[in-house]
Amino acid sequence: MKPMIVLEDVDKWYGKSFQVLQSCSLSVSPGEVVVVCGPSGSGKSTLIKCVNGLEPVQGGRITVKDMEVTGARADLPKLRSHVGMVFQHFDLFPHMTVTENICIGQTKVLGRSRAEAEAKAAALLERVGMTAHARKYPIQLSGGQQQRIAIARALAMDPVALLFDEPTSALDPEMITEVLDVMVGLAKEGMTMLVVTHEMGFARKVADRVVFMDGGEVVEDTPTDDFFAAPKSQRAVEFLSKILAH
Amino acid sequence: MKGWNWDGFFEYLTNTYILEGAAVTLGLTIAAMSLGLVAGCFVALLRMSPFRILNKIAYFYTWLIRGTPLLVQLIIIYTGLPQLGIKFSVLEATLIGLVMNEAAYLSEIIRSGISSVPKGQSNAARAVGMTDVQMMRYIVAPQAARIIIPPLGNSVNGCLKTTSIASIISMEELLRRTQVLIQEKFMVLELFVVAALYYLLMTTAWDLVQRRIERHFGRGYDIKADTAEQR
Ligand SMILES: Nc1ncnc2c1ncn2[C@@H]1O[C@H](COP(=O)(O)OP(=O)(O)O)[C@@H](O)[C@H]1O
Ligand SMILES: [Mg+2]
Repeated sequence: MKPMIVLEDVDKWYGKSFQVLQSCSLSVSPGEVVVVCGPSGSGKSTLIKCVNGLEPVQGGRITVKDMEVTGARADLPKLRSHVGMVFQHFDLFPHMTVTENICIGQTKVLGRSRAEAEAKAAALLERVGMTAHARKYPIQLSGGQQQRIAIARALAMDPVALLFDEPTSALDPEMITEVLDVMVGLAKEGMTMLVVTHEMGFARKVADRVVFMDGGEVVEDTPTDDFFAAPKSQRAVEFLSKILAH
Repeated sequence: MKGWNWDGFFEYLTNTYILEGAAVTLGLTIAAMSLGLVAGCFVALLRMSPFRILNKIAYFYTWLIRGTPLLVQLIIIYTGLPQLGIKFSVLEATLIGLVMNEAAYLSEIIRSGISSVPKGQSNAARAVGMTDVQMMRYIVAPQAARIIIPPLGNSVNGCLKTTSIASIISMEELLRRTQVLIQEKFMVLELFVVAALYYLLMTTAWDLVQRRIERHFGRGYDIKADTAEQR
């Protein structure tokens, strides 16, 4: 099957001297869930932001469902309207209600009518278990609730793939499950997902492959079961022993 | 010594010549603030643009305007420039001076308002597919406005009073007209108190308007107020 997300030999520098990504290659097929992990500062956030063009790259090529992300011909707003992204700190729009947060992209970017957007928002709120909070502002919600709204905001655009950048690492422990449950549900329904996370339980349960990054390189890209049974690289072994220790 | 003249005071309180002067003050303020806001946005964009030379030009402009008194600028524009063959009417000179000043001060206010919006917000806006213009309009500007409105309101209040400086180049606003009447009638205290009351009336009215605007852009930031609104 033709891959949904393709990164080929991606190089990226911050400034002139610091190469943050070194020849990174990766592909995600439709319906696949790929988890990216690795030590802090290894370039995971940078990599995932490159996939929807939030960060420009200096070398290599990225495509999503045959749409160019890199290169002069890339239509980034159009591309991003097809690719959902969920951030570590939720980044809901604080001046809008929950419903407005979910509708703004639908009405302004996709050109849906208000009624259509609100119906979609209501359905998504139901699915993430947040119907009672439709008219609240983000500040009135807990972190876990905000992240579920952020997922609904991304889903409202009917994305072909979803990108997650450590969606649960800013949450209090008791709220992690409510967010992971939503993500597991999406994975089971066949959503294509690229997920940066250290939640190894989530990876075990739904990931098809685990990508391990270190020092700006994709060190290893292994089917999930093999990764947990015996990582190929020494660096991954060390990393796993550290995060599974507690 | 002449005492306080109540009849004279009340007469001037409703005098159309003074009232027109107050209307001119209001008109100058509205014009200076709205044109200054547009020009101020432009200067702020220059200050924040990635091009070094544009930053420098904008910086030089605000440095120059904020570092010299409006009084001196007005005299240069109205009385000095004709020496070089550049002539402006009183109204033109006044507007140029006021707008240049507001643009310089407002650009700083606008710039700090825009930079107060976290980077995560622009990333989130782009991530749903917004263009830069849509991101500015729906996400950044409304959030920046909440930060900008209080100092902007102070600027409106300040501008209402600062217009009086234009009386020095014989702009016929509230203060100038008050002075003209004083020359004729010698009721110094009564007339200045009338002028002061008009200024007070205008600044107070603005205060009420500003509070409403602040409430509008404050939604989503005050848990108690937002929760009460939903009941
Ligand atoms: N905007 C930036 N400018 C310069 N350096 C950055 C920037 N963002 C991240 N970095 C650096 O790039 C490296 C990788 O960062 P990041 O992608 O956030 O890693 P991770 O998400 O794996 O922790 C880190 O060393 C970080 O300090
Ligand atoms: Mg990160």
